[in-house]
Amino acid sequence: MSVDLATLLAILAMAAATALTRLGGLVLIRHVSLEGSRRKAIESIPPAVLMAVVAPTALATGLAETIACAVTAFAALRLPMLVSVALGVVSVASLRAFGI
Amino acid sequence: MGVTFLQDASSPPAYDLCSHRSFDVNENARLQDFLGGMRAIAPLIAAVVPIGLVFGAVAATKGLTPAEAGLMSTLVFAGGSQFVAMDIWTHPASWAGVGFAALLVNIRHVLMSASLGTRMGGFGPRERYLAMLFLADEIWAMAEFRAKVARLTPAWFAGLVAPFYLAWVVSGIAGAALGAFLGDPVVLGLDFAFPAVFIVLVMGFWKGPETGAVLFASGAAAVATQHFVPGVWYIAAGAVAGLVAAVVSGSRRGVEVAS
Repeated sequence: MSVDLATLLAILAMAAATALTRLGGLVLIRHVSLEGSRRKAIESIPPAVLMAVVAPTALATGLAETIACAVTAFAALRLPMLVSVALGVVSVASLRAFGI
Repeated sequence: MGVTFLQDASSPPAYDLCSHRSFDVNENARLQDFLGGMRAIAPLIAAVVPIGLVFGAVAATKGLTPAEAGLMSTLVFAGGSQFVAMDIWTHPASWAGVGFAALLVNIRHVLMSASLGTRMGGFGPRERYLAMLFLADEIWAMAEFRAKVARLTPAWFAGLVAPFYLAWVVSGIAGAALGAFLGDPVVLGLDFAFPAVFIVLVMGFWKGPETGAVLFASGAAAVATQHFVPGVWYIAAGAVAGLVAAVVSGSRRGVEVAS
């Protein structure tokens, strides 16, 4: 149960960088007014970030992932989150098992 | 459901307390909010435990002890940057290398915290900063979702954070301790759990053609950047492209209305 000094420093650097990004936005909106188009831009952040994270998996990883993403998206129109996610996981596992 | 489960037989019934003192009503509302947050995050805990186990197992192959893996999960609490750090890990560890990588991977948090910060009317100034330190993707997404339908309260947010944080740290330590005993998550499809969660959330943020423009710009920019630029720039590139698309389509609409 030992902690190496260089490892500890690396972890602290990561923690500091992460905290900086998490508090940064909060500091930003204290100094920038949020009217009109800026308000609009802020509201578009959630879908823009989520899409940027998943797009390479959905579109540029493999056929199994692309199909499973489509299954998940389609399921999400009607079914609760946990069911949709489970369907996606089962789809990707079976497609990979078939070598797709 | 959760309340009856938590009350043991010896404690007096809740209505007895509530009828006499008003602050007990507040206490009860806060507990209800906390439990509501826990219920909302429950499916994501089922998804994060396997990822945490994988993180720990990967960390072990890079020579990290379970204590070191646990410390990283506790202090950093950002899965994406932790996996990237394991990707580029050296001996001895380079604090500048993994620190900069963490900054780059997590730069999206600036946008996320700016966005969620506008929804935190129910938080005190200190509570806001404290809450933001726990702004993992999943926490943020669920909080944004909540803010669309109800007032986001500190208790509800704490209900999201507490079980998710605990699950992430404990599963990371367990993964590092168990190491190679774990099966291959790719065969089981468990690596797909998070992309699937994000897709469900993206579908929930649909508001019409404007959202379509944002999603298209973000997705196209992310895929193109990931193809041509090594590393994790694609997340920032996609997020900014989506933002620009929102501003452009918003101002175009404004012109149409004016003319």
